[in-house]
Amino acid sequence: MEIKKTALNLLHKKQGAKFVFFAGYEMPIQYSGGIIEEHKATREKAGIFDVSHMGQLFIKGENQLAADLEKIFPVDLKNILLNQSKYSFLMNEDAGIHDDLIITKIKDGFNIVLNAGCKNSDFKLLKELLNNKYEMNLRDDLSLIAIQGPKACEILEKIIPGISDLKFMNGNSFTYKGESIYITRSGYTGEDGFEISIKNEIAEIFVEKLLKEGGKLIGLGARDTLRLEAGLCLYGHDMDINKSPVEANLKWAMSKNRIAEGGFIGYQKIKSQLENGVKRIRVGIKPEGRIIAREKTTIFSEDNKSIGEITSGTFGPSVKAPVAMGYIDNSFSKTDTKVFLEIRGKKYPATISNLPFYKKSYVKGANK
Amino acid sequence: MSEVKFSKEHEWIKLEVDIATIGITKHATEMLGDIVFVELPEKGSSVEKDGNAGVVESTKAASDVYTPVSGEVIECNQSIVDDPAKINTDPENEAWFFKLKIKDKTELDSLMNKEEYDKFAKDSGN
Repeated sequence: MEIKKTALNLLHKKQGAKFVFFAGYEMPIQYSGGIIEEHKATREKAGIFDVSHMGQLFIKGENQLAADLEKIFPVDLKNILLNQSKYSFLMNEDAGIHDDLIITKIKDGFNIVLNAGCKNSDFKLLKELLNNKYEMNLRDDLSLIAIQGPKACEILEKIIPGISDLKFMNGNSFTYKGESIYITRSGYTGEDGFEISIKNEIAEIFVEKLLKEGGKLIGLGARDTLRLEAGLCLYGHDMDINKSPVEANLKWAMSKNRIAEGGFIGYQKIKSQLENGVKRIRVGIKPEGRIIAREKTTIFSEDNKSIGEITSGTFGPSVKAPVAMGYIDNSFSKTDTKVFLEIRGKKYPATISNLPFYKKSYVKGANK
Repeated sequence: MSEVKFSKEHEWIKLEVDIATIGITKHATEMLGDIVFVELPEKGSSVEKDGNAGVVESTKAASDVYTPVSGEVIECNQSIVDDPAKINTDPENEAWFFKLKIKDKTELDSLMNKEEYDKFAKDSGN
């Protein structure tokens, strides 16, 4: 298999990155300072993330495209404003999740950001679902850079004046080095931040500038601890084709009018789950002490019944304690319920916790 | 000052009379990354050469700790359990893992000296 590299690969090397293979790409897991240092730099200042492995799909079309996409995604795309972003899912008829994504209304259609590991199959599936009616481009000539943290706005504003006016989950076009770039105020760390879609040719020089202004490059390792503390799902772990958005506790991401009217793939299942409840649901879990519960750890009730499984778990550097998420029998999902986690043959106490573990500090103007 | 020896599993061992102090090497901590959890064997328990004698977890993953020699655990370093980050800071001194009353000194013969270990660590790259 060919190993793909992003336009920032050389810069990562220069910055002392340790690499891993992720979704066919050689990506930095961490730089010389280590995961905890990178995690804290993001929470306290500003972290820069190369997320160019993610898919940037552009679909051209007008009103008919919005109507056709509404047959696929459970969000309101007829009333979406220009440059507004929504979090959504690509589902199958059984409401199993093919992928989670961010869809943004742009001038001549929609932009959809897809997970790296799913982007090619998503592209094929969407093309099929849209009957090949629209011009679709999965752009590999574009990089995607995120800057996240309390200083992200200040740093980016110095390079791209005007970005501080962006509201959360909104974007706009800006100019850098004579080229058009597209910036949204969004991210996946629980911090205020931005994602910048930029031509590969000028990606490195742009990131060098962010570094000069005080940003720090962050690898996939800290990206994982950051998103876990923020209670955000990682596709392939906390959600997959066998779990629905209702089970994933992401009901909020589906537009109310769409849930009322239906007309999207998976609606029957979603409707039935909302009416009758679900057997299992995603929850936050806090192990007692310092023990770390990793993916696939079995969850037990106080009377020793197997009631669920951890889907991701690590040590949260900002909450200074281990954190985990998992799916649990719904009757045990209430906050503060006592459970046990089987780790290396021994059972350790834990409690069901509210998400996020770490309180968000998004800017005002958030719209869900 | 007694000689420090090293195992292929990246543990170091320092022998004073029949008491061995055991920890993991600096090279091991560099491979593991930030250590956030450690589990040590129980005081009073017996451990067998190359057998399991604890766990370290970094932000990335869990790894077993092995004992390079057999013996009875007479002391554990509670300070690294309370603050596992110490293992990254000073793995070959302050952040020792446990002390053993050893059974058989000849078990140390197969272990590497510093020079041999450094070469081993460099060549194996793990």
